[in-house]
Amino acid sequence: MVNIIWAALILTGIVWAGFGGHAELATTTIFNQATKGLSAGLELIAITAVWFGLSRIAEKAGLLTGLARLMTPLLRPLFPTIPRGHSSLGSIAMNLTANLLGLADAATPFGLKAMHQLQELNTRRDTVTPAMITFLAMNSACTTLLPATAIALRATAGATEPSSIILPAALASGIATVAVLVADRFLRRRVFWCK
Amino acid sequence: MLAAVSAWMLPGLIGLTLLIAVVRGINVYEEFVTGAADGARLAVQVMPYVIGIYIATGLFRESGFLSGLTHVFAPFLRPFGLPAEVLPLIFIRPFSLAAAIGVVSDLLKTYGPDSFIGLLAAVMLGSSETTFYVLTLYLGAVGIRRSLYAVPLCLLGDIVGYLASLWLTTLFWGMGGFLSVPTFWLPSSRLGHRPSV
Repeated sequence: MVNIIWAALILTGIVWAGFGGHAELATTTIFNQATKGLSAGLELIAITAVWFGLSRIAEKAGLLTGLARLMTPLLRPLFPTIPRGHSSLGSIAMNLTANLLGLADAATPFGLKAMHQLQELNTRRDTVTPAMITFLAMNSACTTLLPATAIALRATAGATEPSSIILPAALASGIATVAVLVADRFLRRRVFWCK
Repeated sequence: MLAAVSAWMLPGLIGLTLLIAVVRGINVYEEFVTGAADGARLAVQVMPYVIGIYIATGLFRESGFLSGLTHVFAPFLRPFGLPAEVLPLIFIRPFSLAAAIGVVSDLLKTYGPDSFIGLLAAVMLGSSETTFYVLTLYLGAVGIRRSLYAVPLCLLGDIVGYLASLWLTTLFWGMGGFLSVPTFWLPSSRLGHRPSV
């Protein structure tokens, strides 16, 4: 799909510039943008280095596990189909906490682990379970407190206050999370005939 | 007040993390360097993707197609206050984080990080997820083929996230300043005085 979008952007650009009578504009744009992309990529190295370094400290200090332990009881009512004491809820908590802190790279391994543990509870191996859907939906609504990448991009672009987007971004993902949870509850009753 | 909370959140969190780590006897500098090396390696891998997306969005914009598109869609998008410049971001965000980073960084450079478009793009990037990537990765990892309503539900999350981003960006930095009401919330009789976007 990215392939199609990428090709479509370029092709419409070339065709439009050509019909507008300045095909040479396409040539200069391609090489100018490549140079700009390179400098943006170089800035990105600094950003990710800083962020990965800090998140490794946070992980080593046990911040992730501590917060995840606090999160678990809050998650319980959202996953009524997971039996009490099952390990999957812990992995879900770790994944969502990592997302909350903007540690996307740390979140993925826990997410995969959570999926494997949820699959153990699955009686029809090729079909999703209600708990999996709730987990995926919360994950894609991306509940985050720290949009680290967006802040870093703003910082390198010279924003007066790079972190000013924290509050609106956190609120927006909070609204999206509530929306998917409500929709999920509604759909779950109709598709799985359960609470 | 709200600005102060936002401004203090990141330094506060970094400071707190560092303090806890030091108290717990972690070799903070060494761990930072190890993590930073991983991060730098990842960024180098991502670089070609960023260059690729810069070329695509640049051509799309410089050819004049984007402004044409903006003209055509303006009557439909204006009631929502959505600038057409962020459309490429909306389309590419669910598929690729590297591409979305490229689009946002390009928007910030072109329109300025403190412009409405720049702010909106950053909020949208910060409050959305690479939905299709996550879905294929997580469902594929356990061999699930029947996903029932998982895909539409996750897409709903994206759409609500974008609308909420738009609303909150308007609320925080919109035409009327803080707490201005986005035009689509107004009864139609008041739409006569809507600000031009």
